[in-house]
Amino acid sequence: MSTTDRAIVVRGLTKRYGKQLAVDHLSFEVEHGEIFGLIGPDGAGKTTLFHMLTTLTTPDEGTASILGKDILKDIRAIRSSVGYMPGRFSLYQDLSARENLQFFAALFRTTVEENYDLVAPIYSQIEKFQDRKAGHLSGGMKQKLALSCALIHRPSMLFLDEPTTGVDAVSRGEFWEMLQRLKEQGITILVSTPYMDEASLCDRIALYNKGRILGIDTPEGFRRGYDAPLYAVSAERMYELLNVTRGMPGVRECYTAGSVHHLVGTADFRPEEYSEALAARGFSDLVIRPIEADVEDVFIKLMHNDPLQ
Amino acid sequence: MTHCNDCLISVRDLTKKFGDFTAVDHISFDVGPGEIFGFLGANGAGKTTAMRMLCGLSYPTSGTGQVAGYDINRQGERIKAHIGYMSQKFSLYEDLTVFENMRLYGGIYGLRRKEVEERADAILRRLDFLEERNTLVGSLPLGWKQKLAFSVATLHRPKIIFLDEPTGGVDPITRRQFWEMIGGAAAGGTTLFVTTHYMDEAEYCGRVSVMVDGRIMALDSPARLKKMYGAASMDEVFRLLARGAERGG
Amino acid sequence: MKRKRGIFIAFVKKEFWHLLRDSRTLLVALLIPVVLMILFGFTINTELNNVRVGFVIPHPSESIRRMTEKFSGNPYFTSVGQIPPTRIDEILRRGVADAVIVFPEDFDRRLSAARQGLPAEPLAQLVMDASNPNTAIQGAAYLQGVILGDVAVSPEVRLLFNPQMKSAFYFVPGIMGMLFLIICAMLTSVAIVREKERGSMEVLLVSPVRPLVIIFAKMIPYFFLSCVNLATILLLSRYVLKVPLTAGIVSILGVSLLYIALSLAVGLFISTVTHRQVTALTISAMGLIMPSVMLSGMLFPIENLPRILQYLSCVIPARWFIDAMRKLMIEGLRFTLILDDFLILLGMTVALIALALLRFNDKID
Repeated sequence: MSTTDRAIVVRGLTKRYGKQLAVDHLSFEVEHGEIFGLIGPDGAGKTTLFHMLTTLTTPDEGTASILGKDILKDIRAIRSSVGYMPGRFSLYQDLSARENLQFFAALFRTTVEENYDLVAPIYSQIEKFQDRKAGHLSGGMKQKLALSCALIHRPSMLFLDEPTTGVDAVSRGEFWEMLQRLKEQGITILVSTPYMDEASLCDRIALYNKGRILGIDTPEGFRRGYDAPLYAVSAERMYELLNVTRGMPGVRECYTAGSVHHLVGTADFRPEEYSEALAARGFSDLVIRPIEADVEDVFIKLMHNDPLQ
Repeated sequence: MTHCNDCLISVRDLTKKFGDFTAVDHISFDVGPGEIFGFLGANGAGKTTAMRMLCGLSYPTSGTGQVAGYDINRQGERIKAHIGYMSQKFSLYEDLTVFENMRLYGGIYGLRRKEVEERADAILRRLDFLEERNTLVGSLPLGWKQKLAFSVATLHRPKIIFLDEPTGGVDPITRRQFWEMIGGAAAGGTTLFVTTHYMDEAEYCGRVSVMVDGRIMALDSPARLKKMYGAASMDEVFRLLARGAERGG
Repeated sequence: MKRKRGIFIAFVKKEFWHLLRDSRTLLVALLIPVVLMILFGFTINTELNNVRVGFVIPHPSESIRRMTEKFSGNPYFTSVGQIPPTRIDEILRRGVADAVIVFPEDFDRRLSAARQGLPAEPLAQLVMDASNPNTAIQGAAYLQGVILGDVAVSPEVRLLFNPQMKSAFYFVPGIMGMLFLIICAMLTSVAIVREKERGSMEVLLVSPVRPLVIIFAKMIPYFFLSCVNLATILLLSRYVLKVPLTAGIVSILGVSLLYIALSLAVGLFISTVTHRQVTALTISAMGLIMPSVMLSGMLFPIENLPRILQYLSCVIPARWFIDAMRKLMIEGLRFTLILDDFLILLGMTVALIALALLRFNDKID
């Protein structure tokens, strides 16, 4: 397979810090023009992976190519064609929004005017505050400015490391809408997030923990592939319900999920028998209904299946 | 003066102004014992300012209320001694061991050394952490730190615990274990006051309030709020309410 | 080519914004030289200006009157008048006077004997408050000068008895040696490390810009700031402290600019070995400024240091700078006579820049 027909090709990429494997023989591919989500908790090695792909860190083993360019050999070429937004806000707090944008344009040997059309849909939302210092912008506005700065040199590939951490739900929603629009312009986006509910906004996702990929699929594919019986249960005394359910026959596991608990059954789980047994133990108000798995249910199941987790 | 006899939080028309700017604008609500109360709002909606007043860190410009039985206008110091507090931003000292952190917090809240040892042992046994008693906190995984931080906040057995964006960035199993701990504390009668950006966490709460531009725009159980706004998730409810915000964004 | 220059200018502009908007740091950096110069320059003067002298005069005479008049007419002394011999202790202890001169009953006789060059008996007794030994010693020396001056002293001796101006400008090179380290090494290293700590270095490195550009652009504002400070110090030295600057401004400027470049190189080197602002600050303060104060000859003469510290002082840039500046500013020696200092500083600069560039890489691990 030629490497140029994929935006990102990663083969056996590995990075150790001391004895700890931050990234453990990772392999995956990202298509041109897709939003690829790397979903996993903090400390899973996502940032190390980003650093390797953006040529900031040299891998111990393995190779990767970005837009057909090798991360070890074509460092300069990769650096000028990708946009990168690190997890921590990289804006200069003491510079105004406009000065930040101008600086990042100059950094990539271009001007704000030259590429304004690309950032306009995002930047126009903060334009009325453009003389305000970046440090005085709200979290959502900072995020928009950081994205504008990462885009100002018209990269064909965007690396976004936890762009939505610490940002409120409205701003997060708007941010994902912006990513959709960039995708329509043909920009490939690799985005990481610790928040499972953002997975459904990606074209494909890799569930990622402890330096390893637990699975790669579309969000829909993951949901359909969930093969165990899954129910939502609730009652007035939720905390007790959790402990009682865990001891019941046919229950593989039970965990909290907001206002309900999720019950994962074995193949021979019978909801009617379960309801009766619980009613006998004083949970006459029990509500049980079959549900479709969400990405978190998948993640939990994959974590249980992976011997190294 | 008392609005609600056994309420842990009871405030009326709580207002905080900074010059011309009204950060918190006449908010009123009650939180009862054993409740998990979610306090939601976009960045800049006034959540932090409101929470500071409730924790006795600042006095309101106007309005009345009680927290843990003490007057928020006059007894800030008493309030601080009778509440627990945990935040993701700062929780435990990374360069102290697990037990040293507990002894420090016990000392801050005036517990005797023997009490601290007993309670610390009980907590560590419950968490199955006894082996890590003398481990530096910095070397523990994030999920363990969060569980530990919550336990330390309960060390002086407060009736109410404020959780300021408690979780974030942990794997789903650890996050569920954390919320299970919170559920356990609530089932034991402790009141929990939680702020969070993440709407799936709002679903864990018995009732939630949504703050927009300094005012509480909605306050009910997640199920009823979803029904009321015809929304499938709390995320949608929140967006419907907060879209109209003038501040922040 | 034009674009490349554009990047550099954009960087320098950004660095100036950082510096100018951090008004507190800027103010401190601009005021430090003024404050230090005033502290070291003037406090030493004013202490000697105000030595309060009392007199015990058992037998008033014309020669004693003339002697005491000399004190009231001298700017360094204030006369507190005649005091009874029984109260000397009390007056010194209460701080009414700093010194008391006790004239003997036969002062006139002893004075004329001294004038004739006969074997001298003490002319007078000098009782001083020595709780501040420096002032006491300087004051005593000068008091002696005034008394003896009437007898048979040559003008050369008078010059020796004029210590205050010398100690004031003796400190100027030391202040410069310390100040440029603070401004250039400490502020520059902190500014570079700040970008690493805040995460913006990652973005800069992922851009096509060469790391050298980033580094040199960072140095320029601090170089300018140092030049402003250099001008302040030289103007204050020349017109307020009246340091002669006889060796000529060109050599003084040349050595100072070289030392500023060296300090910048030190800051650059520190920034390549640290990742946190606090570490950079600590290294600058403990590893750089402290030894520079102690071992550069600024406070203690190098010859008086233990042998091992004397060797150690050889690697302290400030030692060579201070040595060169004292020769140039105070002793008025020609540039050729400080050539060895200059070459040592130049060597250090080149070595440090080379080392820093070797260590600086465009990766973050």
